[in-house]
Amino acid sequence: MTIQRRRFVAALGAGAIASAAGCSSTSDSGDGGGGNGTAGNGTDDDGTEGSEAVGVAGETLTLTTTTSTYDTGLLDEIHTDFEEMYGVTVDAVAQGTGAALETARNGDSDIVMVHARGLEDEFLRNGYGVNRRDLMFNDFVIVGPESDPAGIQGMSSATDALTTIAEAQAGFVSRGDNSGTHTKELNLWEAAGTDPGGDWYQETGTGMGEALNIANQQGAYTLSDRGTFISQRSEIDLTILVQGPIEDGPEILANPYGVMAVNPGVHENANYDLAMAYIGWITSPGVQESISEYQVNGEQLFFPEAVSEDPNFQQYVPEGWSSDDSDA
Amino acid sequence: MPLEPTAQLAPVLFEPTAQLVPALLDVSFREGYVGSIVFVSLYVSLTAVALSTLVSVPAAVAIGLAEFPGKGFVKSVVNTGMGFPSVVVGLVVLFAVSNQGPLGSLELIFTREAMIMSQFVLATPPITAISLAAVSGVDDGVRDAARVLGGTRVDVALVVLKEARYGIATAVLAGFGRAVSEVGSVLIVGGNITSADGISKTRTLTTAIQLEARQGQYETAMVLGAVLVALVLTVNAVVVRFGDRGVTA
Repeated sequence: MTIQRRRFVAALGAGAIASAAGCSSTSDSGDGGGGNGTAGNGTDDDGTEGSEAVGVAGETLTLTTTTSTYDTGLLDEIHTDFEEMYGVTVDAVAQGTGAALETARNGDSDIVMVHARGLEDEFLRNGYGVNRRDLMFNDFVIVGPESDPAGIQGMSSATDALTTIAEAQAGFVSRGDNSGTHTKELNLWEAAGTDPGGDWYQETGTGMGEALNIANQQGAYTLSDRGTFISQRSEIDLTILVQGPIEDGPEILANPYGVMAVNPGVHENANYDLAMAYIGWITSPGVQESISEYQVNGEQLFFPEAVSEDPNFQQYVPEGWSSDDSDA
Repeated sequence: MPLEPTAQLAPVLFEPTAQLVPALLDVSFREGYVGSIVFVSLYVSLTAVALSTLVSVPAAVAIGLAEFPGKGFVKSVVNTGMGFPSVVVGLVVLFAVSNQGPLGSLELIFTREAMIMSQFVLATPPITAISLAAVSGVDDGVRDAARVLGGTRVDVALVVLKEARYGIATAVLAGFGRAVSEVGSVLIVGGNITSADGISKTRTLTTAIQLEARQGQYETAMVLGAVLVALVLTVNAVVVRFGDRGVTA
């Protein structure tokens, strides 16, 4: 496996060199090739260096992702490395998880990085996505004003906390935008056996940052991913009242991110090669290390989970799927 | 005694300002970021407005000078176009340029060209409608005089255009204002993309402001808003200046 991947990466690198040599007047691709000199030299028997250089250099990878990954600045931080390695451009489009998957479903992106396992599984089952990998995780936290009118501070159960908020009819701001966070919130209400509704429950239809601001202005509670909350903490007066699993909170608040390529069998224009190169790159030990080192306001935002000694077959298939199931 | 209310009032009035000024100065951007989004904003809006003008002004002159049944209806349709919600235009263009859409094979989604398309659709109705009003407002005597002097239809149209130039300049500025300030459609079809080193590909000033507001960075959003206003002011000033020169020349 490892050797194959190295060969693949090396071949891509060789292609990058070859095409960079072919159009050395373009400074962009020249830079891309230069950064990868050693990999290119390592393989001289590969077909990619033929007279027609068909490397990936100069191509564009369209990545649809969630506002919670984009707004933390993580992608800008790590993508430079990928762009230099392959001499390509990554166009990261920040949408909610639902919109990111819909864009990919229409064949308008090559790869998706999202955080709502249920929606990802549906995407996989319908054949739009292939080669899913677990990427990283952080967790959700329930935040609210320090005065904590409903009294949920320190509760060890997220569902109890939501039930308490509902019973107190304390203000709650919902994303209401079919994002990963919104999906998680709805799952939590369902698990709590409460149907939220009424004046105290507001669907804002906005990104996480805006939802936090609205909750801040109104002294309301909201569910946030830890990353966005940390990166915005200095601007708002909200505080974490129920912790997620990173700080020993309930496991139900886990927030795992997955990455998968758009199926080239469904959308033949999808840049599948480059998408797979990206998945290989972002799940590699080096980049996983960079993800764990990325900090905002002195705090780690994401915890890598792609590199593991033990096999984790469930990351490749819809949750709970086994080959015995009839729905192949 | 009468001094006291003033003394109390002063801090109330000035404190927010005092807080605002250092906040504005604190805002920092990555190198080349603001320049690149200003460039994309201008590139997309000016191109769209130029294309719209090429279509709208001849159309306005043709409609304005011709007499035909249903002219009033055509005018109503153009005027209605001024009220097109930009998000809806964005969605329509998205469907057109999406991989599944009729123009899918051109791979225009998330490009500046797609943004130009949607802004073209947005800018064309106001430019046409205001130009049409300007052309219709030209005194009939001017037209008649041009005809009497032996002018061809093209000559007459050019004379009318010259007389209506202020109105048409206003039309172009209105179209530019609509294009450069709208956020809904360019966000949908452009995707608000920058490269990893912070150079804009499809991020405009408006979508950058939206992004900052989403993240709660209101000060940064305000600074970008000021840049946008300054930009529109500059473009207007340049156009007005040209218009004045046209008169003296």
